[in-house]
Amino acid sequence: MVLKTLRAIGEFLLEQYRIIKVHKMGSFGSIVILFFFLVACLAPLIAPHDPWEYLYDENGKIATTESPSLKYPLGTTLMGRDVLSQIIYGTRTTVMIGLVSGLISIVIGAGIGLFSGYYGGTLDEVLMRLTDIIYGMPFLPFIIVLISLFGRNIWFVIIAIVCIVWRTSARVVRAQTLSIRQRQFVQVARARGCSDLRIIFRHIMPNILPLLLLYTAFNIAWSILAEAGASFLGFGDPDQLSWGGMLYDLWISGKTRSAWWWFISPSICIILLVSALVFVSRAYEEVANPRLKER
Amino acid sequence: MAILEIDQLTKYFTLNPGVLGRILSARRMKVIKAVDGVSFRVDPGEILGIAGESGCGKSTTCMLIARLYEPTAGAIRYKGRDISHLIKADLKEFRRQAQIIFQDPYESLNPRFTTFDLVAEPLRALTHCSKDQLSRRVSRTLELVGLKPEEYKERYPHQMSGGERQRVGIAQALVLEPELVIADEPLSMLDVSIRAGILDLIRDLSQRMNFTCIYVSHDLSILSNISERLMIMYLGKIMELGWTGDVIQKPLHPYSKALISAVPIPDPSHKRQVPNIKGEVTKPIDLPPGCRFEPRCPNSADICRKDIPPLRELGKRHWVACYLA
Amino acid sequence: MLLEIENLRTQYRTKKGTIKAVDGVSFSIREREVFGLVGESGCGKSTLVKTIMRLLPSSSLVSAEKLTYKGTDLLSAPDKDFRERILWKQISLVPQSAMNCLNPVYRVVDQIIEAIEAHSDRNMEKKEAFERVEKLFDIVGLERRLLKSFPHEFSGGMRQRAMIAMALALDPSLIIMDEPTTGLDVLVQDRILRRLTEMRNEIEASILLITHDISVIAQMCDRIGVMYAGRLMECADVFDLFNQPYHPYTLGLKNAFPNIRAMDQSLISIPGSPPDLIDEIQGCIFEARCPFSIPDCGEARPEEKQVNKGHFAACIRTEAVERFRTLAGEKATWQSSKSIN
Repeated sequence: MVLKTLRAIGEFLLEQYRIIKVHKMGSFGSIVILFFFLVACLAPLIAPHDPWEYLYDENGKIATTESPSLKYPLGTTLMGRDVLSQIIYGTRTTVMIGLVSGLISIVIGAGIGLFSGYYGGTLDEVLMRLTDIIYGMPFLPFIIVLISLFGRNIWFVIIAIVCIVWRTSARVVRAQTLSIRQRQFVQVARARGCSDLRIIFRHIMPNILPLLLLYTAFNIAWSILAEAGASFLGFGDPDQLSWGGMLYDLWISGKTRSAWWWFISPSICIILLVSALVFVSRAYEEVANPRLKER
Repeated sequence: MAILEIDQLTKYFTLNPGVLGRILSARRMKVIKAVDGVSFRVDPGEILGIAGESGCGKSTTCMLIARLYEPTAGAIRYKGRDISHLIKADLKEFRRQAQIIFQDPYESLNPRFTTFDLVAEPLRALTHCSKDQLSRRVSRTLELVGLKPEEYKERYPHQMSGGERQRVGIAQALVLEPELVIADEPLSMLDVSIRAGILDLIRDLSQRMNFTCIYVSHDLSILSNISERLMIMYLGKIMELGWTGDVIQKPLHPYSKALISAVPIPDPSHKRQVPNIKGEVTKPIDLPPGCRFEPRCPNSADICRKDIPPLRELGKRHWVACYLA
Repeated sequence: MLLEIENLRTQYRTKKGTIKAVDGVSFSIREREVFGLVGESGCGKSTLVKTIMRLLPSSSLVSAEKLTYKGTDLLSAPDKDFRERILWKQISLVPQSAMNCLNPVYRVVDQIIEAIEAHSDRNMEKKEAFERVEKLFDIVGLERRLLKSFPHEFSGGMRQRAMIAMALALDPSLIIMDEPTTGLDVLVQDRILRRLTEMRNEIEASILLITHDISVIAQMCDRIGVMYAGRLMECADVFDLFNQPYHPYTLGLKNAFPNIRAMDQSLISIPGSPPDLIDEIQGCIFEARCPFSIPDCGEARPEEKQVNKGHFAACIRTEAVERFRTLAGEKATWQSSKSIN
């Protein structure tokens, strides 16, 4: 049973890869994502040091703010910690938060969008007004407010992000559902005896799948940015190491201008991973809307 | 014993101008009387054709019988039981026995489903067949409609021609072995040279599988070929109903006469009569109190303007809604 | 001859290959003649129209031995010339689903006047143009009181007639009508076709009528061309074509149209589907679906043979046509090993 599910997931991912790689940017994006995913999984095996470990130089003094060398390829932090190891372990946190938040938010967003679009009426009104309210919230500030409310724990961070990020996918999925609902094969499904739930999940959802995947990639990207932003402003989980958190440590150390290795490493990682996700979602966009393809 | 009894079936659609519309421009609620008090019977095993131009209510009637719409008033009695307002389990039971073949083979098939899944879907939704039973029933139905299962099972709609898609649509309707099949203009979106094959298929299957068929079309030529009895509708009401031969060759209602004389003939030497009718067809909104056809009728009298003429039986099972016929 | 077409080829270039939408079609239209081009979807009749009217996308290739209008070569005429001298003044078009081509926010009369002003040589005064539209409405049988109305106040049939009026606006000598009555109810269709027949005596134009409906063709046309998969199968005078058809495809088509006056007639389908227009087909393009095909049919493309005065058919087996005509009336002939459609 577990094996079947794993095989199904594996086949699904392979199918997605085949779709994406047609698009050059998508190929690049998926390779980068795979790379970071592997780094996250294998972190304990590939990180040269413990990221929290204070490192000392030959003289027994703390190897503080050392620039990149053979010994410490990405240099060290103010507290004498290896930046490379921090990046590697930070990948873990970032990928985990991105994936979990992204996936939960797409499930919520798509669910709301599908039911809202299919049923219409009061349900639609209520759900859409809720979406409107959430849309009115400024992205990062509100996430920070929620974190402050819930507590600075990684799971609360995830919940806070999910609370905001679901809004875009809800609106878009609803619009698509409305349009698919008008198509004749939905009326046909009703005539053939399908229940509403069956129609939503068996008939409508497969037709919006490219859109769902597009927004999954997007939501993951937004989650990563949200976490990086919140952590950078000091609202992340202090026990977790993330790229945003590293930038926060950098900031309060006052070494932003001088320790360039400490600044560039997490920044580039954030840029790379988020861009990779956006590229992948662009590849899906072309699948979802074939008119974008060149003749 | 009729398999289907339609009793004063009515369906009104309302166009709501909204609060602002009503205040700013004093627009009233407009009511479209798509089907307005239609009554007829369908015998088991027969093929009944319903003809009429756009706006006559024939499509709405077939949607009502298939319970894709709910009637505003009136009753639809299937095997004696009123199915007009069934829901849930009862409605599912009805759907197992009454199915519909749709008009557009390009839009009525879910593009994400293979042929196998498309034909299996009614079984999956309405029955508890085992995988084996499912597979057997689907294969058998595909063969019945002329599609070799091994060849077509895994094909997607976009890999099939219009005629093949329509056959899949028919298979989808027939896999449950319904007793009542409603066909909503199944040929109009197909190329002419393949229509005959699909028409024959429907005729053959209605005999082999012993189902009753209600065939809705605007094309009188096709109806003259397939239906045993023919019903002509205009602006939501029945104008004439009888054996196809009688209605086509000896029409009694002025509208039927005009309609039949307007049908083009594939013969250049045949000169048709000019249809004896004036004006244009209107929408079923703001209708006159009397006969719906009166504004266009060449023979109208005072009584025609006052009251709607009832359906009278003038010949052997030949009904006409006209005071002057 | 008004319009002369010889060996016209129109191809669309796509990623998958070259679609030979029109593959060597030849026919001519005389003055004051109604020529009908009949064929099913994908036969190339719409592409032919677009080729003449220069409405093809840039990815298309056109070639012909001859494509002349009143002697002028239409292929080589510069765009500016075509737009100023030929389009709408000499050749006009009532496009498919024309009734949906009217802009809903402008009055019908204004749209026709706009068409007149856009294509006219001289600057017509508004008054003159308006009077012209009044006359046009009379010709097509629209009441003058509708002049000031908007498209949504017109029924489908009336809009179609308005589009015909627009096509007549500058007195062209050739009007191309692409499926003029498709989508219209049968009473409306009858009225429009009758009007067109009456109109023929009032105007001096020729009409190229494109349709898939053989009954419309029978009623309206003087001469008919039968197209299939980009090629012309048969071309004849209308009575000749109906009474003495030569090409197996024509025989098949005739069987497929129900006749309300012959209710017991057995309708017969042509099995199979039209070929993919990207494929290179050596021989006769109808060979795969033809019940009378022999191996020779697949060898070379049949020439258009003259089988009668003014009657051409692209088939190598025309001598056996008497037998074919009888056989074609039987269902068994068409139910062969050919695939289902």
